[in-house]
Amino acid sequence: MNQKHKMTITHLFTHALEICESFLRQPRIMAEKIYQKHKMTITHLFTYALVICAYFACQSMIKAEKMTLSLEGQLVPICAYIVLAVSLNLTVGISGELSLGHAGFMYVGAITGVIASMWMRYAFTEESAFFLFFENMNIDFALVRMLISLIVAGVFAGIVGFIIGIPVLRLRGDYLAIVTLAFGEIIRNIMTCLYVAVNKKTGALNFTFNNSDIPSKDFKLFIKGPTGITGNSPKIATFVIGIGLVLFTLLIVQNLINSRTGRAIKACRDNRIAAESMGLNVTKYKMIAFVTSACLAGMAGALYAANFSSVVPSKFSIDTSILILVFVVLGGLGNILGSVISATVLTLLPELLREFDDYRMLVYVVVLILTMLITNSPIVKSLIGAIKEGAKKLFARKNTENGANS
Amino acid sequence: MASKKFKSNTIMVPVPSTSIVPERDAGKLPVLETSHLGIEFGGLKAVDDVNLAVGPTEICGLIGPNGAGKTTVFNLLTKVYQPTHGTILLNGKDTAGMTTEQANRMGIARTFQNIRLFNNMTVEENVTIGLHNQIRYNMFSGIFRLPGYWMGEKKQHQKALDLLSIFDMTHLANAKAGSLPYGAQRRLEIVRALATHPSLLLLDEPAAGMNPHETEELMENIIKIRDQFQIAVLLIEHDMNLVMGICEGICVLNYGRVIAKGTPDEIQSNPAVIEAYLGKQKEAK
Repeated sequence: MNQKHKMTITHLFTHALEICESFLRQPRIMAEKIYQKHKMTITHLFTYALVICAYFACQSMIKAEKMTLSLEGQLVPICAYIVLAVSLNLTVGISGELSLGHAGFMYVGAITGVIASMWMRYAFTEESAFFLFFENMNIDFALVRMLISLIVAGVFAGIVGFIIGIPVLRLRGDYLAIVTLAFGEIIRNIMTCLYVAVNKKTGALNFTFNNSDIPSKDFKLFIKGPTGITGNSPKIATFVIGIGLVLFTLLIVQNLINSRTGRAIKACRDNRIAAESMGLNVTKYKMIAFVTSACLAGMAGALYAANFSSVVPSKFSIDTSILILVFVVLGGLGNILGSVISATVLTLLPELLREFDDYRMLVYVVVLILTMLITNSPIVKSLIGAIKEGAKKLFARKNTENGANS
Repeated sequence: MASKKFKSNTIMVPVPSTSIVPERDAGKLPVLETSHLGIEFGGLKAVDDVNLAVGPTEICGLIGPNGAGKTTVFNLLTKVYQPTHGTILLNGKDTAGMTTEQANRMGIARTFQNIRLFNNMTVEENVTIGLHNQIRYNMFSGIFRLPGYWMGEKKQHQKALDLLSIFDMTHLANAKAGSLPYGAQRRLEIVRALATHPSLLLLDEPAAGMNPHETEELMENIIKIRDQFQIAVLLIEHDMNLVMGICEGICVLNYGRVIAKGTPDEIQSNPAVIEAYLGKQKEAK
């Protein structure tokens, strides 16, 4: 074989390689395009899938009796915190308004939810048509009570959110944060004076701001002013309902963000003046985000309260608002999946840090600070970038090699 | 023709009383008509007694030295500021007491001197925001993905791409608006404004920061837009080649007052305009 033939063969071989590569390039570009086009949908589906997987993982752990009792008790609160974090992300991340009164809405939901469920417990006896209707359909009445109390809580928290939103959304930036903080505390303080009792026979509710007004006979006092919600038993919140609420919240928030309304909300955040001159009613869209967020927070509150036989009002103080904000900020503003993960991890963390005893919260804070520093440091960022690049290159090379072999 | 009685504001030169609306639009109702428009900030008269008339398919220029109040006039027209004096008629309707958003629905769209895009959103999303009031479906069908959502999204996507194709920007549809080069951002702002289906387009220094070649392209595009959408364009610009090249009527502002008004030729030879632009040289001597 002379030099000329060798040249031709090499030439042909390179050509063959190129052709193979071009065949492979097309589907790769297509895949890339599809990913670019449906990037959001893919992220959304991934979030749902993650939550559902987590649910099955927990269920199998419970069945295998590998889950500690304290952890099992944390499952419903974690669901509530995820809902709170995702809903706050709608206000802070998507709508761009720093709200510090989220626990206030949670409290409104908790109170109204408990009232609704207690009323239903005594108003519908086992002979009532309403009760029998579900009995015949083989649905547990506790589930019905829980679902209705969630709806009631959502509606009332939404109404409170709307009323508060009217003055608050006229403000911007720091002022908005301060006023929402104040409103959260006002709600909590009003609720701290509220006494609610239910007639054990008729289910009639008795609201008062004075303890002595409640007739002791036949009445069960279940919201006791400064002591908060008491005697809320049996617990009607279950892990299934919690996961259901999380999925419902994700559905609402993620679909809202990716619709006409959600784009308008994001536009108002990015540039208020431009949004106005594009014909958007800025106040309306800020209000939609705020009320939706309050509504979901109320539902989370009802879920949270239904999980405990008693809840003290201090549980809904500014600390909780800040805690939820920490979830949101650490998960990433506007990042729904991030909120879900950070709410889960940061609620579990204090449980996992039990070995540190008294130094538990100290370690917790150190972990928080480290997470923020690490995820923001240029070294780690460049490292992650390099890993991504490397993976891409490896993938690309593998593809071409396969092409050459085939 | 609804001709405006023109009141002279300058002491030096009487302003030509002819209206600047071109013959093509004669007999039609002007899309924009302001009379004695003015605003005071405290004691300062930023804009005083401005009378403008823009025909339905006219390209009109608003020029003047820095600080003359050109952008303030735009802000008055789009209701960012409420005028303290005078009236603004849009398609014959008074816009007194309206908000920016309502003015936009009446058919007035604008771009900004310092670009105001929705930086964290994609190019296509930016245009769809402009289409917000054109293609509607309610929030409920958006959340639960009802047929209305899919139809609306499809229409919006198609319309957005159509609009982007005016400036050959369809390939950028998925890019973040904030990451675009400067020229493309300016063009995107125009597309976004067009998406709101205006009858009057306000361009605030559209050629700022563009090289001569890009400016040339922009001039062609402005004329193309005017012809295709049959809209009026009012533009602020410092690039005299652009202004003299495409504007049919020009209004010159100085210290918040109209000092001249007329066709490009008239403006170029107007002594008051020359004085406003070059007057400082005399003082320096």
